[in-house]
Amino acid sequence: MPLEPKRGLRRTVLFILAMVFGVIVYAYGFDVTDVNLDEIKSETRQTQLVRVLRSLARPDLLTYERVDTATNVTFAMPCPSGGFVPDEPDPDARHITVDPACVEPGGKITVRGTNFSANARGTLYQVPPTSDLELRLDVFQTGENGDFEIVVNTRERGGDQPQFIRAVTRENIGTILNRVEVSQDDNENGVQDPIEMPADGRYTFTVPQALPTTPGLALVDPGRDVAQFITTGDPFQAVNGPAQGDTALPLGEDLGTELRILEVVGGATSGQITLEGDPGTVMSDWRVAIYDSTIGEVATTVIVTDSIVNSPRISKSTTDTWDRIIETVFLAFLATTLGTLVAVPLSFMAARNLMRDISVPMTKLALQLIALPIGVGAGIMAAGWARTISEQLTDSTLLVILGLVVIPILMWFAFRWALPPVEEEPPTPAERGIRAVVIAIASVGGIVVLFLLSSLLVTVGDWLAPRLAAFDFIGSFVASIGDILNAIITLMTALATAGVLMNLAGRLGMWMKGHLPSGFIKVFRIPLAATAGALLAILIGMGIGSLYQITDPLKVYYVPGAVGAAIGLALALRAYQKEQVGIGLSVYYIARTVFNAIRSIEPLVMVIVFVVWVGIGPFAGSLALALHTIAALAKLYSEQVESILPGPIEAVKASGATRIQTIVYAVIPQIVPPYISFTLYRWDINVRMSTIIGFAGGGGIGFLLQQNIRLLNYQAASVNMLAIAIVVASMDYLSSRIRERIV
Amino acid sequence: MLKVEHLTKIYEGGTLALDDVSFEVPDGQFLSIIGLSGSGKSTLLRCINRLIEPTEGRIIWNGVDVTKASQEEMRRIRRRIGMVFQHFNLVHRSKVLTNVLQGSLGYVNPALSIINRFPRDQVRKAHQQLSRVGLEEKAAQRADELSGGQQQRVGVARALMQDPEMILADEPVASLDPVLAHSIMQYLELINKEDEVTVLCSLHFLDLVHRYADKAIALNEGKLVFEGPPSEIDDDKFKEIYGQEAERVG
Repeated sequence: MPLEPKRGLRRTVLFILAMVFGVIVYAYGFDVTDVNLDEIKSETRQTQLVRVLRSLARPDLLTYERVDTATNVTFAMPCPSGGFVPDEPDPDARHITVDPACVEPGGKITVRGTNFSANARGTLYQVPPTSDLELRLDVFQTGENGDFEIVVNTRERGGDQPQFIRAVTRENIGTILNRVEVSQDDNENGVQDPIEMPADGRYTFTVPQALPTTPGLALVDPGRDVAQFITTGDPFQAVNGPAQGDTALPLGEDLGTELRILEVVGGATSGQITLEGDPGTVMSDWRVAIYDSTIGEVATTVIVTDSIVNSPRISKSTTDTWDRIIETVFLAFLATTLGTLVAVPLSFMAARNLMRDISVPMTKLALQLIALPIGVGAGIMAAGWARTISEQLTDSTLLVILGLVVIPILMWFAFRWALPPVEEEPPTPAERGIRAVVIAIASVGGIVVLFLLSSLLVTVGDWLAPRLAAFDFIGSFVASIGDILNAIITLMTALATAGVLMNLAGRLGMWMKGHLPSGFIKVFRIPLAATAGALLAILIGMGIGSLYQITDPLKVYYVPGAVGAAIGLALALRAYQKEQVGIGLSVYYIARTVFNAIRSIEPLVMVIVFVVWVGIGPFAGSLALALHTIAALAKLYSEQVESILPGPIEAVKASGATRIQTIVYAVIPQIVPPYISFTLYRWDINVRMSTIIGFAGGGGIGFLLQQNIRLLNYQAASVNMLAIAIVVASMDYLSSRIRERIV
Repeated sequence: MLKVEHLTKIYEGGTLALDDVSFEVPDGQFLSIIGLSGSGKSTLLRCINRLIEPTEGRIIWNGVDVTKASQEEMRRIRRRIGMVFQHFNLVHRSKVLTNVLQGSLGYVNPALSIINRFPRDQVRKAHQQLSRVGLEEKAAQRADELSGGQQQRVGVARALMQDPEMILADEPVASLDPVLAHSIMQYLELINKEDEVTVLCSLHFLDLVHRYADKAIALNEGKLVFEGPPSEIDDDKFKEIYGQEAERVG
C-alpha cells in the first residue's frame, strides 16, 4: 500500500511537537528539582562522597583492638663531613631506609619500607635529635607485598647528633581465624578503658589462677584503703598486705561501700569473683587482694578492671543491628497477620459483585437502623452483667476452671437444642420464642466464659512468666492475650447484640410487609424512616461534636436530627416508587472511599499518630503498618472477589443458600490462591516498609539507621543497610518460594 | 403444577428479554425450551427461581406466587428447585463431595454449614447421589480434575441433593460432545421418569428435543412462538422459530 504523504507529514510535525514538548517538560523538571551539575563536579563534594562511600563499603561488623607499631631508621641532618652511614637493618625484619641517608635541613628524601603488613596505613614522622618530639611528615599506605615508597620534605630541625625517621603503622590485632586476647580499649587512647558497673548491678570477673580453699578477700579502693575484708571460712587476721592487722569477717557481715564482693567461686585453675554495686559505678583501679586464710598472707592481687576481650569481636553495631532487625521482622509479621485477618471480611464489603444485589425494603432498613444503637446499648449492658457474674468466680482459679468447663457444656446443649441441624418445617412462633430466650441466656453464658477465659489467661501468664526463664515472653504473651480479650469482650458483645437485634428487626420488617395491609405500611414507614434517619444523624453529630469539642446541643443533637429526619422522610417518600433501598451499593461506596483514603496515607505518616497514642517503638510501627495493610489488602482482595466466576455463585444461590453460605461455598474457594499470593506480597512490602518506619518513631532497624546517619556514623549505618538488604532479599526469596508451593 | 403468566423481563438498559410469555407445565412433565441464542431461554429459566427478578407477570408454582415471595420464602422455594447449568458452575477448587453437598445448603443449619459441618445423613446422601451418577470413587477429588461430562454429572448430583420437585436445566449439554450429551440427557430422563421430577430443559439440538421431551415451547426474541409436542415442529415451524435463513442440522 502506498504511503500517504500528507499523513506522514502530519505525523512528523506531531512527532517534532511532541519532542519539543518533552524537552520543555524536562527543562522545567530540571529547574524545579535543582539539577546542578556544578555541585557534582566540585572537588569538596567529590572527596566527601568518596569518604562516605568508603565508610559505607566498610560496615562496622567487627571491632578490632588496634596497636601502633613504630619502625625507626637513623638519619642525619645536616650531612656530617665524612658522610653518614645509617644502621644496617635486618633484611628479614620490618625496616625502613632513607635515601639519601643525610640531607641539608628541609631537603627532600625518599623513604622506603619493607616487610610491613599488606595494605596497612601509617604515618611518617621525623624525630629530631635528643627530643621526644614527633614531627609529622606524611601518611603512607603499603602495597600488596607490604612495601611502600614515599618522597617527603624534611623539617628544618637539624643537629649534630643523628636523628630518626619513624614510620608508625596502626594495625588491627588478630584476624577472624586467629583471634587474640587483648585488653579492651574502645576509645583507642592506649590505656585500658574504665569499667563501669553494668545496669544489672552485678559484675563478675575471672581470677586467672586457683584460689585458696577458704580465701580471704580484701576489696581495695583506688585510694588503697580496704573497703571490705571478708572470708568464706572462719575469721582470721591478715599479717601482711593492704588489710594488715584487720580481721576478715564472714561474707555478709562486712557490707563494704559503694562496691562490694557478692560471691566467690573457686575452681581448679581459675576463680570467679562477683561484685555488686550501683549501675555506673566506675571500677577502675579497684583491686582485690586474695588472702590464704590459713596463714593470713596475701596469695595474689587482681585488678578489677583487668578485662580481657577478644580481637576481633562482634561489634556493638552488629549486636544492636541484630536486635533491631529481629524486631523489624516481627513488626512486619504482626502487621501482616493482623491486617490480613481484618482485611478478609472487609474485602467482601468492597466487592461490587457481592454487594450490588443487596437491597432491603424501606421498612426493614429503618427498623434495622433503629435497632443498631439499641443493640449496642443492650450488648454493653449484657457484657456488664456477664462481667459481674464472672467477677464472683475470678477470685478462685478452681472456680474459674470449673466455670470454663461447665458453662460451655451447658451452652453446647442449649445451642444444640435451639438450632437443630436440619429443619424440614419452619418452627411455630411459640417454639421460636422459647428458642430465642434459651439462645439469649446461653449467649450471656458465652460472654461469662470469655471473661473467665481472659482472667484465666492473665493468671496463667503471670504464673508462667517467672518460671519459663528465657521463654518468659510466652507468659507475658498469654497474659497480654487475656488483657486484650478482656478489653474487647464488651465491644464484641455490643456488636454481636446489635447484629442479632438488627436481624430480628429485619425479620419484624419482613413480617410486617407480609402480614399488614400495604397501605398501612406505606404510611407507617414514613415516621419510621424519619426516626431512623434522625437517630443515625444524631450519632454522627455526636461523633463530630466530640472531635471538634462542640457542646452546643443545638449543633450536636437538633440540627443533625432534623437533617437526618428530612433525609429519612425523603427516602421513604421516594420509596413509594421504588420499594427497595440499595443498601449494598451504599456500603460498597463507603467501604471503597474509606479504604482509598486510608491507603493514600503512607504508614510513615500514620505512625506519627500511633506514636502519640502508644508511644515511640515497634508497637506504634506495627499498628500503623497493620492499618495500611488492612486498607491496601481489602482493596486488592475485593478486586479479586470481583473477578471470580459468577457461575458457582449462581449455582449455590439457586440451591436456596443464604448470603453467608454463598460466600463460604462459592466465593471463598475461588479466592484462596489470590488471597495467599497478595498476603505474601504484602508481607514483602511490610518488611521493606518496617525497615524505614523507625524514621518516624515506629521502632525497628530504621530507628537505628536514622540515628547513625544523623551521627555521621556511616560505618554503623552500613551495617544496618547490609542487614536490611539481607532480610529483604531473603524474605523476598522465601515468599516467592511459598507462593510457588501454594498457588 | 407450574404456571407462568404474562412474564415480561426488561433488563436495565431497555433490552426486552421476555415479552408476555405464558405457559403451563403439569407435574412430572419433561418440557424442553428451544430458540436461538439470545431468544430468552436462560432468562426464562432464571426468572422461575428468581435468580433474575421478573419485571412483570406471575409465576405460580404449587399454588404459591414465586414472584411475591420474601427472601426467606424464596430460599425455601429454591431448595425444592434443582438447577443444572451449561458451564456446570462447579467450584473448581472444592472437592467433588463438597460441590454435591452444596445442594443441601438450603436445608442444613446455616451456622454449622459455614464452618463446613454437615449432618452425617446429608454426607451419606451426597455419596448416594454421586454413585447414582456413577462418580462415587471421585468424591475426594478436586472438581476441576474431572472431565466435562463428569463435571456435568456432578452438577446433576448436586441438583438431586436438593430432593427437587423440579429441575431447571439451562442448556445442560451445549458444552459436551454428542455421546456425553446423550448420557446427561438420559440421567435427566431417568430422574424425570423414576422420581417424577418436572424437568424444564433448554436445548439447542432438535433431535434431543424429539428424543427426550414430552412437550416443547419455543422462544424468538422473547416471544413464545410455539407450544406443543416436539413432533409438531415441521419445517415451517422450524423457520418460524429459527428464522427464514436457518437450516436444519439435526
